[in-house]
Amino acid sequence: MEVEKISGLKFHKKQDVAIVGAGMTTFKRRLNETGRELSYLAIKQALEEAGITIDDVEMVVMGSAPDTFDGLHMKSEYLLDGSGGSDRPYMRVFVGGGTGVFAPIAGYWHVASGLADVCLVITEEKMSSSYPHPQSAFKYIWDPILDRPLSPNLIWIFALEMRRYMHVHNIKHEDIALVSVKNKANALDHPCAQVAEKITVEDVLNSEPMALPVRRLDVSPPSDGAAALIMVAPHIARQLTDNPVWVTGVGWALDTTWWTNRDLYFPRYVAEAAKMAYRMAHITDPRKEIDVAEPYDPFDYKELHHMEGLGLAKKGEAPILTREGVTQRDGDLPTCPSGGLLGVGNPIAATMGVKACEIYWQLAYRAGKRQVAKEVTTGVCQAWGDLMQVGTVMVMSNKR
Amino acid sequence: MAVGKKDIECPPYAEGTPLSDEDIKEGKVTYVEDHPDIRYSWTAGQAISKFLNGLKEGKILGVKCNKCGRVMVPPRMFCELCYKPIDGWVELKDTGTVETFSISYIDPDAKPLPEPVIVAVISIDGASPHMGIMHILDEVKPEDVYIGMKVKAVWKGEEEREGAITDIKYWKPVEG
Repeated sequence: MEVEKISGLKFHKKQDVAIVGAGMTTFKRRLNETGRELSYLAIKQALEEAGITIDDVEMVVMGSAPDTFDGLHMKSEYLLDGSGGSDRPYMRVFVGGGTGVFAPIAGYWHVASGLADVCLVITEEKMSSSYPHPQSAFKYIWDPILDRPLSPNLIWIFALEMRRYMHVHNIKHEDIALVSVKNKANALDHPCAQVAEKITVEDVLNSEPMALPVRRLDVSPPSDGAAALIMVAPHIARQLTDNPVWVTGVGWALDTTWWTNRDLYFPRYVAEAAKMAYRMAHITDPRKEIDVAEPYDPFDYKELHHMEGLGLAKKGEAPILTREGVTQRDGDLPTCPSGGLLGVGNPIAATMGVKACEIYWQLAYRAGKRQVAKEVTTGVCQAWGDLMQVGTVMVMSNKR
Repeated sequence: MAVGKKDIECPPYAEGTPLSDEDIKEGKVTYVEDHPDIRYSWTAGQAISKFLNGLKEGKILGVKCNKCGRVMVPPRMFCELCYKPIDGWVELKDTGTVETFSISYIDPDAKPLPEPVIVAVISIDGASPHMGIMHILDEVKPEDVYIGMKVKAVWKGEEEREGAITDIKYWKPVEG
């Protein structure tokens, strides 16, 4: 990937932004707790890790996906109290699945602008309220005039993208299935995991067909869950810890909604977002400078697709790196060490817990059994969503 | 402000109370059920209305932008790249190329279909490269479909057409 070198001040910020705490609930297909209660549990944990109380929080960013899952409009208002947002500046951000990294990006600009010194970021999802299956809510993403009369399932667009990606680079399903095998195994070490298991490539290839090439084990499950992050200004970080993790770059971009007009083999939306984030973080060779990565993996092929968009692999190279073990936890480029969405679960916006939170924990050396083998300084997390068109990217470093 | 982060493995604990489908079905948890009935009527707008009326006449219409030179389908009133009004309408062919495809075993609610359907992105002849629409393929076995396959629209009878994307019943391979 070519990253433009910019001297001079392209991004004007008032102050640096550190992460000092994170928390998450368990991710499960169905949880008894309401969205408010889940948010409370995640925030409680993040505040405990940071060593602050809710009174120290100045502003709150909440991220949650379509209201359709909840059958409740203005979800941000419904979730306000659980989000710790009462009596302080509070806003919701939403870019579909991309919210998992877009919410902390919004938290970043709250602090970087100098408007807040302590910002709480909370992401929540309760997909199980849509009964019996959230797929029935997902179908309302389709264009009502041109798409819905064809009785589409949401999986269709991913199947079409996966097939195009496989075709252009001549990639075998076996190589893509390795991602599912890796991530579900990584998730065995995550206390919040929903679908952690030891599986084989054959298990993936023989699993139930959904929309070929997509089979059951190529896909992450719908989940309930919440995740929280505490972002602070440097002078606050100094009071709390000797080892904060710094946000060094953020980027986001959307490609056109006319998705049947794009060549689906390459995620341009991720590449554009990554360029912005790398420019801000002064990263010119992501493959060498990034030590650990959490690309968005709702489908196994998406981890590969997104690695290429993030410049962590050349176009078509991600399956080769995966086959060679480079992306394993003890590899040279550990990728989705959390277990990702494929292993821990996919509560849309709350996937922040396995993306931004995981990179924070990895760089703070707090990931426990999930800690990658190599020494880490810089990490990247990324999410993706809307009508497969948004890329959201955040670069972090434990060196300022 | 309290000082001191704990030296811990994160997340330190996993909270939340998992439930199964049975817990709901057998009424083991307290819950409330509702089936909202919300109705909509979506106007198709300037560009798509003309496109749908074209389908009713058995024509696939696109638009062109003289600045970027693209011939686009589905049609739109403004070019999203140049951000200016389009420069005119073009009648496209009812043939095209399979850009990518999937064999779907599930319906919109993820329930199994009795027979799989083949869905594809089809780039339309006469439009710029990769300018496609999503539609259904038929009269072909799933194992015989390939990317790059030439296909042709199979239209509903003139009297059955109503100005909808389904006025094209499906696309089938061009013989020979």
